Formats: sequence, structure tokens, C-alpha cells
Amino acid sequence: MHRITSLRMEHITKRFPGTLACDDITLTVGEGEILALVGENGAGKTTLMNILMGLYQSDEGRILINGEEVRFRNPNDAFSAGLGMVHQQYMLIANMTVLENIALGYKEAWSPLKLDLAKVRGRIVEISQKYGLAVDPDAYIWQLSVGEQQRVELVKTLCLGARFLILDEPTSALTPQETDELIILLRRMKSELSIIFISHKLQEVKNLCDRLLILRHGAVVYEGETADHSMADIAALMTGHEVELPVNEEEACNGTVVLDLKDVNVLSDRGFLALNDFNLSVRCGEIVGLAGVSGNGQRELAEAINGLRRVESGQILFFGEDIANKSPHHIIEAGMGYIPEERNTEGIVPSFSLKENLILKDTEHDEFAHHHFLKNKAIDSNATDLRVKFDIRSPNTSVAAGSLSGGNIQKVILAREISRRPKFLLAVYPIRGLDLGAAEFIHTQLLEKRREGVGILLISEELDEILDLSDRVAVIFKGKIQQVLERKDANRRKLGILMAGVHDDQTV
Amino acid sequence: MTRQFKLIYQIAIILLAIAAAMAAGSIILLTIGADVGKTYLVILLEPLKTTLQISEVLLRAIPLSIIALGISVAYRSGIINIGAEGQMMMGILGTTMVALSLPDLPKPLLIPLALLTGALFGGAWGFIAGILKAKLQVSELLSTVMLNYIAAQFYTFMLRGPFLDPAEKTLGGAGTPQSMRLTKNLWLTRFIPRTRLHTGLFIALALAVLIYLLLWKTDYGYKMRASGASGRAARYGGISVEWYLVVSMVISGAFAGIAGAVEVAGVHRRALEGITAGYGFSGIVVALFGGLSPIGIIPASFFFGLLIVGADMTQRLVGVPANMINVLQGIIILVIVATKMILADPYLAERVWRAWQKRGKKRVEMEA
Repeated sequence: MHRITSLRMEHITKRFPGTLACDDITLTVGEGEILALVGENGAGKTTLMNILMGLYQSDEGRILINGEEVRFRNPNDAFSAGLGMVHQQYMLIANMTVLENIALGYKEAWSPLKLDLAKVRGRIVEISQKYGLAVDPDAYIWQLSVGEQQRVELVKTLCLGARFLILDEPTSALTPQETDELIILLRRMKSELSIIFISHKLQEVKNLCDRLLILRHGAVVYEGETADHSMADIAALMTGHEVELPVNEEEACNGTVVLDLKDVNVLSDRGFLALNDFNLSVRCGEIVGLAGVSGNGQRELAEAINGLRRVESGQILFFGEDIANKSPHHIIEAGMGYIPEERNTEGIVPSFSLKENLILKDTEHDEFAHHHFLKNKAIDSNATDLRVKFDIRSPNTSVAAGSLSGGNIQKVILAREISRRPKFLLAVYPIRGLDLGAAEFIHTQLLEKRREGVGILLISEELDEILDLSDRVAVIFKGKIQQVLERKDANRRKLGILMAGVHDDQTV
Repeated sequence: MTRQFKLIYQIAIILLAIAAAMAAGSIILLTIGADVGKTYLVILLEPLKTTLQISEVLLRAIPLSIIALGISVAYRSGIINIGAEGQMMMGILGTTMVALSLPDLPKPLLIPLALLTGALFGGAWGFIAGILKAKLQVSELLSTVMLNYIAAQFYTFMLRGPFLDPAEKTLGGAGTPQSMRLTKNLWLTRFIPRTRLHTGLFIALALAVLIYLLLWKTDYGYKMRASGASGRAARYGGISVEWYLVVSMVISGAFAGIAGAVEVAGVHRRALEGITAGYGFSGIVVALFGGLSPIGIIPASFFFGLLIVGADMTQRLVGVPANMINVLQGIIILVIVATKMILADPYLAERVWRAWQKRGKKRVEMEA
């Protein structure tokens, strides 16, 4: 088990039918170095890493480790060479403990009759201490927060002998605090190993990485020192044009209250109070940003508003009508638009085509059905229109929606929700995991709707997003509103403190 | 990968699968000392040699296709109906009841009424499993199988009791448990002379069109398919997943009931034991084999009808027991499932593609 002092991918080219996924890419990572790999969705980052991990074979090019050419026919070859990858979706079994999860892949502890758990435990302790990664081997995965689960993934990868880490968007699901912790941790780990860090978030890239490789349409457009470029420059290189995330600068309008939650109590899946006498109101033509660390009742709030979760007590007044415990259908017909957190499994039916997904909420409306028979022409032209208007990148409108990239799936959902002309819009983590171009597009659309007088409740844990868009900012903590701030009074520091559960008056 | 390669690849995999199935079958046939080649010829070709044989194949395909259509609706809506066997028996009982109590009703009235009653009885049996799943999350695998047992016992009870042929009664209960021959007004016309092929064939085809329209052309079908494909997304979209679950189960049961009614009115003309003949279970295989769509189910039911008739003939002509043919069917089904998985594996296709290219290159080099 010697160290990996250098890794080099040379002239990697990979063609898929109709596309050139990787076009003559060369990258080098030296000892103790963190290389940032950035690019928009579909730029070829994942394909490149899948080639490195032996999931795909490149059509041309070669991989060198410590100067010697290697061939990975499958992921096991890459593992045994010392490469380890932490994927965006964690590969952990929820109802097993950390120890059991790690033991699953730790073949050295296996013998035909016995699984040597003590050996696995020893290895975990050794790795935890070496890298300062604190994990409780006996905790069940379902008990852990997303950040903790990620730490388990890291420990797992390292326990299995990784001496070179590939992290695929490791911060996309983390809270700001967890992100900071991860960055500190990675900086410390770099004395022991090298890392390829894939990310959309340029701030993190600037903070963490020494060198940077930008991909666009499968080709390298820039390689060099991170310090040489500003974030705006990097963004421009990534997207091929100047990117400026839109900001809500208009005066707040004092419209009528359209959504009013009064003393709402809702139970979580595990039976405790997820929303505890929750109060919040949103006016028409305003964006209320709900900031908070995820897991503080946001999911339950969104579901309760949309009739997908039982409201134990309290009222949800929507244009004056109490919609608590009404059916989702009733609430949709009342004018609610909803961009859900789980875009891949809830926002779309993955196996349905793009055009079918665009009419998910409207199959019985005259626009798309006549005497219960679907109007195929109307469905087709609706999809053709929306695909252009919302810049959904797909080969045609008949492809399965689940085969699209995250950003394009989100555009499908947005297209459907906005084209239905909702009276209110609930957007939950609308740009989580999306690249800058898609984020810019979605934010512009939300501001457009606000200008048209639609009330918007924006649930997010990205403070920049909240501060850019909101007229008012509410902070949720343990199922209660900590405080509601006007935009001018809100800043990162203040929100961070409130999100951590400290009341404003206690701080100074 | 070129399109040409993909096509060759798929055909090659399918041919290999057929070869594998036949090879596995040959081993089993050899162990019982049968003439392998002749057995295969008899199974696949003998049933297609005469009009009579073809009509017998179609006769089996009728109930298979109707049941499979119903199962495809349930399956597409997210509920697996293993209870078609029981639902079919209930359908037979409903039809028999109507025919016994209204023997003088003219044919144009009695047949629709009897079919509808069969559908109603089967649908009611499906409804029980559906509502249990929707309201109490009782697994449909459990409830439909249990309901099969109940239906089977109830069926026997009715045949030995209330529906028992008065002629058999005179024998003092030792006779065959079957109803009396039902009124001629119930009989479906046999439209090819000297065969048993009846107008149920057209009922099956009409139902196939109906299911196609329902599932793909109406908003009800859209909602059912959405519920089955992703319950969570359907619920989010305002679709009452539980409602469509129950509806689909009722449709599924009703189709099994119609299949029973058609068998009684078209083939047996009386209720007797063994009418269902495992159609309820084979129907599941036909539905899956047919890709859960009417366009696939029609040829699939013909193929399985062929196997059933073929099995009879091998027994008579080659001396291979019909049960062995069931074994062959099992092998064929396993191979089909495996083939589908292999065809869906892009990594394997990729590996073969690379090997193919390498070989091509080598050949070019050698020629040069």
C-alpha cells in the first residue's frame, strides 16, 4: 500500500451516441494536492470520473499512476489501485449501523464462517483518529444527519484503503456549517492524500483547492491556479457567458395576505412534533424566504401546505379558505403551485415522458382532455412550447423525464408549475445541486412571478439564495419560527445565529 | 456504438437465449429418455398443422388474454393481482347463477347479462383485495392468494350444493360435482364448423382495444399509470392513488370474471371443477411476457395457448408427459426474464462493442 504521488489522465476521449462526452481531456494531480473539477451539468465531469473509476472505458487516452500506465476494467480494479469515490447519493443502508455498513465492503474482515466485527471496529477507530473524522460506529445510519452520513462515507472509503479521493459534489446536501467543517477537514486530510473535488460552488473551490480544471461541453477550457481568477471569471469560463445571479431589489409590496399559517401542529414520520404551533404569513407579490438547517420541519411544512401530510391542529388559510387536511387535488385546484424538494421522485414520474409529466396536474382539464380522452395534439404542442420557453435540454419531448439531468428535471417541474398560472408558489430548495446557469434561470423565473403578484414561499438553506430573492426572511428552528426579518435587517451572520437556534436578543 | 451493431447484438442475445432454453430443456428431456428433436417439433409445429389444432390454440388464448389484460391494468397501477384464479371462479359462479335462474331469457339479453354478472362477481372479489390494500395497507400478495383459497372452497361448495346437477343428485351425492347443462341461450356461437372456437375470441379482441384506449388515451389511464409508476409523484400531482388502486383491482377482477363467464358460455356450457385450469396464474406470465400492453398480450397469449396444446400433443404423440412441458415452460420464462435483464445492461453491451471493435481492428491490420 504505497502512496499515490501522482495521477495523470492523458488525452481522454469518450464518445456516446450523438455526443462527445470527453474531448481530449488531460489532467494531473500531484501529491497532497486538491484539484477542483468544475463545469456545468453535462460538461463531462461525471463521465470523466466514471472512466477514472473503471465504470466506463475511454475510447482514447490512458491513465497513469505514479508514472505507470494502469487499466481499470471495473471499479474493483480502481479500488485496489487505491482510488476511492464518494458519490452524491450515499451508498449506505439506513437500518444498519455505521460499523455494519463499513464491514459490508471490508473484505479483510470476512471469513467463510465469521465476520470479524472487532477488526472492522479497530480499523474505523484507526482511520477516525488519523484523519480526525469522528464517527460513532454503533449509530444507525437513519439516526445521522446528512453531514454525518457523509463523514461515514468518507471513513468507509478510507477504511477500504483509498489513498486518493474523488468527491462528487460533496457539499450539495450539506448545511453551511457542515460545509465549513468539511472544508476544514479536507484541508487537513490533504497532507495524507490527494483529492479531486467536483463542485458547482465556486466559493468552496476558492477556499479549498489549489488548482482548478474547468470543463465545458466535454473539453478543458481552463487549467491553472485557483487564485489567478475571480469567481465571476470562473463562472464565465464555465458557462461560456457572463453570469449574474438576479437579485430582488424592488420595494416590497404591501399586498393582501394570501397564505396564513396559524398555530399549525404537524407530526413527523417518526411521530414527534415537526411543526410546533407554527405561524407564518405570505402576501401576494412578495417572496418570503424560510431559512433553516434542513430537518427542522421544512419538509413537513411543505407537505402539510399541499395536503400531503396530516395537520394535527391549527389553520392554513389560503386566500381565506382553510386548506388544512384538504386533498392535494383540492389544494392544487385552489391555485397552489409547488416545486418539491425531491425533484426526481416526487416532482416527476420518472418513467413518463417529458410531455406527459408536463400535464401531471391537468389531465382532467378541458385544455388537455375532452370527455376524458386526452388531446394528444394539445399535449404535444404544450410540451413543444414549454421546452423552448424554459430551455429544457432534451432530444425531444417523448424521452423519459427521469433520463434528464437534475437541472433539466427542475426546469420541467418549473415549466409545469408556472405555466399552470398558480396564485401561489411554494419552492423547496429550488436550486439545490444545480449549476449556475440553471440557478440563474430559475431565480429569474421566480422574480418574474413575484412581479406578477404571485406570493412565493421559498424554503432554502442557502443563505445567498435567501438573501438575493427574499422580501422578508423567516428562520425556522425545531418546528418554530425563530424570527421574521425584513430584507434590510437580514445578513449572513444574523441568519446563521438564528438558524443555530440562538435567539437574536441573547447574542449581544 | 452503431445502430447496426445494436441490432445485431440484440438479435444475437435473443438467439443465444433460445438456444440456452432449448439446451436446458434437452437435458431434462434426455433424462427421461425422450426423443428431443421430435418433442420440440411436436410442441412448436404440431398444434399449427390443422385448422382444428389452431382453433384449439386460440381457444386457450381467449381466457389467457382476457385475464392478462386485467392483470396488466392492476400491474400498471401498482398492484400485483395473483388472485385471478379465484376471481375467475367467482365469475363462473355469477354466470351460472344467472343462467340457472333466468333460463328463458332470450340470447341477446342473457349473454350480456351473464357476462356482466360474471364481471361483477370477479370485480367484487378483486375489490376486497384492493380496498384492504388502500385502507389498511394489507399486502395484495397475501390477500389475493388467501382469497383464491376461499373462492376455491366456495366454488366447490356451490357445485356440490346449490348448483349441483339434479341428475347427479339422484346418484346420492356420489356423482360429479357440476351444474346441469346450462340453457342454450347462454351458448356462445361456434363460428368455424367442426371446431370449438367461439365468439369469445371477438370479446377478447374488443377488450384488448378497450384496455388500450383506457390506459393510453384517457385521463383515467394516465392517472392509473402514474399511480403505478410513482405513487409519490402521483399523490403530489393531486391523483388519488388509493382510489385508482381499488378501481384497477376491480377492473382486474372483473376481467378474470369475464374470462370465467366466457369459458362457461363458450366451451363447457356448464360449471364444473377445473375450468380455471391455472389460467389465473398463467395469465400473470402472459401479462408480463406481453410487456403489460395489449399489443404484446395478444401474441403472448397465443404463444402460451400453443404451449398448452403442444403439451397435450407431446403426451399423445411422443409419450412425454404433459407435466414435462410445464417444466419447459418454466425454463422458457426464466430465460426470458434473464434475457430482458441482459438486454437492459448497457455495460455488457459496451464490453461486447469494445471486443468487437478490437477484433475488427486486428483483422484490418492483418489484411494490411
